Amino acid sequence: MNKVKFEQLQETLYYEELPNGLQVYVLPKAGFNKTFATFTTKYGSIDNTFTPLGKQEKFKVPDGIAHFLEHKLFEDEDGDVFQLFSKQGASANAFTSFTRTAYLFSSTMNVKENLETLLNFVQKPYFTDESVEKEKGIIEQEIKMYEDNPDWRNYFGLIANLFEKHPVKIDIAGTVESIHEITKEMLYTCYETFYHPSNMVFFVVGNINPEQTMTFIRENQGAKEFSEPEKIERFFEEEPKEVFKKEEKIPMNVNTGKCLVGFKDREPDKQGKDLLKHELSIQLLLEIMFGQSSKNYQILYDEGLIDDSFSFDYSGESGFGFSVIGGDSDKPERLGERLKEMVKAFTEDSLTEKLIEGVRKKKIGYFLRALNSPEYIANQFTRYRFNDMDLFDVIPVLESINNNDLEVALREHFVVDTQMSQCIITPKGE
Amino acid sequence: MKENALKTFSVGPLNVHVLPSTTYKTNTILLHMRSPLTQETVTKRALLPYVLQNGTKDYPSRQELRQYLDELYGATLNVDVTKKGEHHIMTLRMEVANEKFLSDRRSLLERALELFSSVLLSPKGTDRAFDSSIVEGEKRTLKQKLASVYDDKMRYANKRLTEEMCENEPFGLFVLGNEEDLPSINETTLYEYYKEVLAKDQFDLYIIGDVNDNEMKKLIEKHFDLLSSFPKRESSSTTTIQEYFKKDHREIVEEQDVQQGKLHIGYRTQLTYGDDDYFALQLFNGVFGGFSHSKLFINVREKASLAYYAASRVESHKGLLIVMSGIESNKYNEATKIIFEQMDDMKAGKFTEEDLEQTKAVLKNQLLETMDVPRGRIELEYHNQLSTKNRPLDHWIEELDKIKKEDIVRVANKIQLDTVYFLKGKEESSNE
Repeated sequence: MNKVKFEQLQETLYYEELPNGLQVYVLPKAGFNKTFATFTTKYGSIDNTFTPLGKQEKFKVPDGIAHFLEHKLFEDEDGDVFQLFSKQGASANAFTSFTRTAYLFSSTMNVKENLETLLNFVQKPYFTDESVEKEKGIIEQEIKMYEDNPDWRNYFGLIANLFEKHPVKIDIAGTVESIHEITKEMLYTCYETFYHPSNMVFFVVGNINPEQTMTFIRENQGAKEFSEPEKIERFFEEEPKEVFKKEEKIPMNVNTGKCLVGFKDREPDKQGKDLLKHELSIQLLLEIMFGQSSKNYQILYDEGLIDDSFSFDYSGESGFGFSVIGGDSDKPERLGERLKEMVKAFTEDSLTEKLIEGVRKKKIGYFLRALNSPEYIANQFTRYRFNDMDLFDVIPVLESINNNDLEVALREHFVVDTQMSQCIITPKGE
Repeated sequence: MKENALKTFSVGPLNVHVLPSTTYKTNTILLHMRSPLTQETVTKRALLPYVLQNGTKDYPSRQELRQYLDELYGATLNVDVTKKGEHHIMTLRMEVANEKFLSDRRSLLERALELFSSVLLSPKGTDRAFDSSIVEGEKRTLKQKLASVYDDKMRYANKRLTEEMCENEPFGLFVLGNEEDLPSINETTLYEYYKEVLAKDQFDLYIIGDVNDNEMKKLIEKHFDLLSSFPKRESSSTTTIQEYFKKDHREIVEEQDVQQGKLHIGYRTQLTYGDDDYFALQLFNGVFGGFSHSKLFINVREKASLAYYAASRVESHKGLLIVMSGIESNKYNEATKIIFEQMDDMKAGKFTEEDLEQTKAVLKNQLLETMDVPRGRIELEYHNQLSTKNRPLDHWIEELDKIKKEDIVRVANKIQLDTVYFLKGKEESSNE
């Protein structure tokens, strides 16, 4: 077992790669009641074309299958895994993102039993035709819930504008039509390809003994048989560098309009420290341009174009990267125009050191606060791991970013003419 | 649950609660300001904290105030209004990094407390009025927030159910007030109300983090000095449960252009936080609909595939139980039938000892987890301020353990169906 100390943060992280390829991380947190664990596969909604394990031909699956598989894994021969977790006093959950599927629990008691349940149910698929059919009704309602949600529609509307071919534009849950194509056999194919331990990370954080926890996981994994790991082949069509569509308007049954503006990375091929630096630079730039302490925020607020729903974010992974800015507005078109003007003016202006220092401090503070949250640590750490980055590098990298790094990120990313798109939600009937 | 005890003392009209703890990497300062929910004050209270966070005498604009927060290592300041039972609560909250983890070691906490008190006590404006452009800006924002409640269908359905069910009770008022009141509010009338708040509201100030209560007392006396001219408050914990007997329940159906119907059902529990049966009610809710092992989840979702979510929750200080589910618009009858059957089963004691034990385990776990988060810790403590009953947290687990099946059946039989609200889609209506 390896051990890394992060002096400034007063944290020690333990890790080990098991013989079957599973990467295990343990972070002890004294003073917490709760233990939180995630078991994550590097498999999400974008992995829709791949060579199935042991096959030669590439295979394209229906939209929403990674998410469907996440739902179905909770069913066991003996019933529902939720039941077992709650008998052991744990609350369990799972989520599917563009690039990951994570299974998790939190509990303050029976930690060993719960760790065992998590390890075992994820590694024991059990699908029947009948249960697959039954799940379709449930997921159909999940999809419809999101269809009525204007923020979700706005976000996915924007991504569909930014990307032409990349499967990031596909709704994570799929569509009512696509989920009806899903069969038990397809679920097994996806499972066998992507749920090999060598494609997964196990992370435990909480009031635990690191040696005992690691031994327990090692023994659990040692008692199971897995095939030899194979490199997973995933296929993505070539994505144009520039945005697909500049604008989209979606009328919905709402009172208040919404506007999101997005920027697409031209070269989304960064990994490791390069990606970390890029991601943090974009976040600092967004904060300087549109944070609550920025001039622009005050102007937009005074012009009556935004309210406290206004926010921004950057998402970057291997193969795609984009930032999103916007929120509710009763003049969403005007907000879109103003955001565009402001970004343009900003790229023409020079950055001052004072502005950078303010937001740098702010980001460091946010990061420290986030470390209060076991959920944040486990989820972010895993995401970083899958992109060859290290969560505990965030502060040193934040401290190292200089004016020049920001200039580079600014010129690369915030290109209004070719990399920007907007999506607007308007009240129906207007 | 080996946590340090909460130290409580008063500084003028402030009720201060300090919790020294080394678990967190940040320090939290939170102020709850409480008064009864009334038609006359509801909109002003929804506006006031948002005006306060927009500028102080020293940092007279939102931008300057936010820049100062950034300098304090991204300290956060946020405000909100909530309702707990028939109390209307305005909250100011600040979280600041613990300097022990930073290279810069000047006392962030003291600077944060100083700013916090000036947001409350030295707002931008004169001694008779707030800044008018701030007030106008916040009126616009509130108007937009009120309008967009309609856009979040779950929230909208919840608001409509409460309005219908508690038509003639203060609880029926919406937490953010209403648009009609806005034109009559201006920088002077709101300032007059602000003075009234300082003179009359119940103030509970919480500080959680790596702190010492004696030092905190000194700091608070220093920075909240302006409050000392205001009178001390009588402790008023009014629990407003009404005995409510209605023979027939009401059904309200509304149509909108939506993909998914929202079914919200309101029950009267006749029980609130201060009652002896409160823990039995919490366990009732856990077996019935609070979790993913509960009857509603199993029967509405897993067995009948009617919904993605089907859950219930308790309104602890008002004596309500609310069921919520998102269903196909033409499945109203099927869904309500299953939900009512689950309630009947609870009343008839048709659940196992195992169901009860499972729910106890999950509830205990939830309690312990809540204590890991400063906000959760305060939330649990604050319940005691709202009720005449003081329930120390370490008693909660003992109390839960004592509950037997017959206690839950007794509680179940007090519960009465009051109102069923259904928001349904337009296209589907012809298929019914």
